[in-house]
Amino acid sequence: MSVRVAELLMALIMAVFSAYLMWKSAELPIGWVTDEGPGGGFWPFWLSAIMLLSCVGILFNWVMRKSAPSRSMETFITMPVFLNVGVVALALAVTVFLMGWAGTYVALFAFLLFYVGVLGRHGVVSTLLIAIISPIVTFMFFEVLLSITLPKGITDPYFKPVFARVYQCPRRETFGGRMQCYINPAWK
Amino acid sequence: MVEILGLLFDGFAIALQPTNLMLIVIGCTLGLFIGSMPGLGSVNGVAILLPLTALFPPTGAIIFLAAIYYGAMYGGAVSSIMLGIPGASTAVATTFDGRPLAKLGLADKALTGAAVASFVGGTISVVLFTFFAPPLAHVALVFGSPETFALMMLAFATFIGLGGDDIFKTFFSICIGLVLSAVGLDIMSGEPRLIFGEITGFLHGINFLVLAIGIYGIGEMLWTIEENVKAGGVNMMSEATITWERTKKNLWELLGTWKTMLMGSFLGYFVGILPAAGATPGSLMAYGIGKQISKDPDTFGKGNIEGVVAPEAANNAASTGSMLPMLTLGIPGSPTTAILLGGMVLWGLEPGPRLFTDQKEFVWGLMASLYVANLAAVIINIVLIPAFIWVLKLPFTLLAPLIFVLCLIGGYAPTQDMHDVWLMLIFGIVGYLMRKLDYPLAPAVLAIVLGPLAEPALRQSLLIGNGSFAIFFTRPYSGPIMVAALLLLFLPLFNMGWKRMRARNDSAGEWQG
Repeated sequence: MSVRVAELLMALIMAVFSAYLMWKSAELPIGWVTDEGPGGGFWPFWLSAIMLLSCVGILFNWVMRKSAPSRSMETFITMPVFLNVGVVALALAVTVFLMGWAGTYVALFAFLLFYVGVLGRHGVVSTLLIAIISPIVTFMFFEVLLSITLPKGITDPYFKPVFARVYQCPRRETFGGRMQCYINPAWK
Repeated sequence: MVEILGLLFDGFAIALQPTNLMLIVIGCTLGLFIGSMPGLGSVNGVAILLPLTALFPPTGAIIFLAAIYYGAMYGGAVSSIMLGIPGASTAVATTFDGRPLAKLGLADKALTGAAVASFVGGTISVVLFTFFAPPLAHVALVFGSPETFALMMLAFATFIGLGGDDIFKTFFSICIGLVLSAVGLDIMSGEPRLIFGEITGFLHGINFLVLAIGIYGIGEMLWTIEENVKAGGVNMMSEATITWERTKKNLWELLGTWKTMLMGSFLGYFVGILPAAGATPGSLMAYGIGKQISKDPDTFGKGNIEGVVAPEAANNAASTGSMLPMLTLGIPGSPTTAILLGGMVLWGLEPGPRLFTDQKEFVWGLMASLYVANLAAVIINIVLIPAFIWVLKLPFTLLAPLIFVLCLIGGYAPTQDMHDVWLMLIFGIVGYLMRKLDYPLAPAVLAIVLGPLAEPALRQSLLIGNGSFAIFFTRPYSGPIMVAALLLLFLPLFNMGWKRMRARNDSAGEWQG
């Protein structure tokens, strides 16, 4: 697929998306509501309309071959790029799925194992070190220090004894809508 | 004047508190490392690390982020010089002469020059910032909804008029950012809107960080992977030797470039204030002018230290300049300041002129910390140059997965909803594809931050004006701003008409001839 074709496809997809957004915005009043001013759909509706017009402009430029991508006949994504970027994108998608299902730490371990070990072809020792230490650092930083609970999925029960130990916090307060564990009370 | 100095003095008392000082040092170091990595700049650093700031009170958080911002601006030069790959778009101009210098075996001279110029640019602009900000905030205090909206129009119009990208694609980018910010509950009526596929995750809206990390984290890394594949994974590292003796000699030689540094600093600052212009055009302009005022312009591009000094002074000055409209008017001047602004909202502060009266501690603590961060960054930079070079030698396959991990968690942290992590991934991949087709993405990030502020401003203005847009043109402040915005908006059209007219005249001339 050439860049020129990709440019056309992207503009068409975005035009359809803009039209969908217009239709979706119109679920709320897009005109004047008495005593309330412009309705809730007013703002997104007209913005989506401008998006649609912009897409028409992009398509016009495509026909006239005015923009650089609409003239380029180079391959949009070459095979080596597709393989490299595609594999990483797929690995990320699998990781996000795993975060919800098997928990963040399992997901991060698997992702790092795959990326560092398989894609990066690093040695077994360094791969394992990174894959084990990074999730632990993540846990210490986010869950212990910041009190941000990361998803644990089916591994949730295994964390209960760990939390029982680490959540002996010197002082905890609500800050920014979240419970915080202040290591240094002077920061408050 | 005296009052400003007094407030600044109070600010220093805050910035020099041990914890804040520590945050500055850590932030500068982190920023330097992030900035020195090819493909990652200040905006990526601030976007990826913003979720971590939940740990600190707002003043500490902004000091931390400002230090990262500063550090990354310094660090951007490192990969430009050592690898010939600009660390960020703001450091593009630094490659023009920094890379040839490194090839001549003078990498240390270029790196020191970049650090010192960054320091000069940063310091001059922060002084200008200190004395410009309070009066501007004072004027802005009388601003109502129409003025706020007019200012936002001006910010978006500069992207279209001066951004230099495809006009339709810029329009598209701005509008999609604004529409994404409208997802969730309608702020005025409380009704749900744009809930795609009735998925409940959309009810809490789309956090700007989801888009920012998607584009500047995931998208940027995918882009870098592609660049690496295209480069064939060749090691382009330059050799660098650094000794105390050489550094002393380099610093002495840099004194001779003071004129170029001053020019770069002032130019960068004023270009930086303009929304959408920011550090990249600022540094490119400084490079061009530096060449013109130089004694030997012919050596530019072949390894002239002035060609490193001019853009580096300018890009740091511009990064401070872009904070001026962010703090005083609540309008960010660059994608990085847009994320900082989003952070301020996240921490419960209301950006805009009232910060100067209601949150004196926050504002002046930040300003003082900019002075301190500058000094810290130049020292840390020169001391750690060998360490940055070591980081650049680290295989990409080790750095990339760690950055991805930070992105994934950073996307989850603000809302604690897996829905947003999926969205972030989609934004990252779509953003990467759009970037390949020259869609500018910075306007979308700016728009998603400004959206929640722009929409109520527009609706309230229309309500005040009984549904007539005339309200924007009849008030003393919003009128001129709106006219300026419209002029900028139509600037590309004028340009097009002008070109066509000239083309016609030329061909007419040919006919006569």
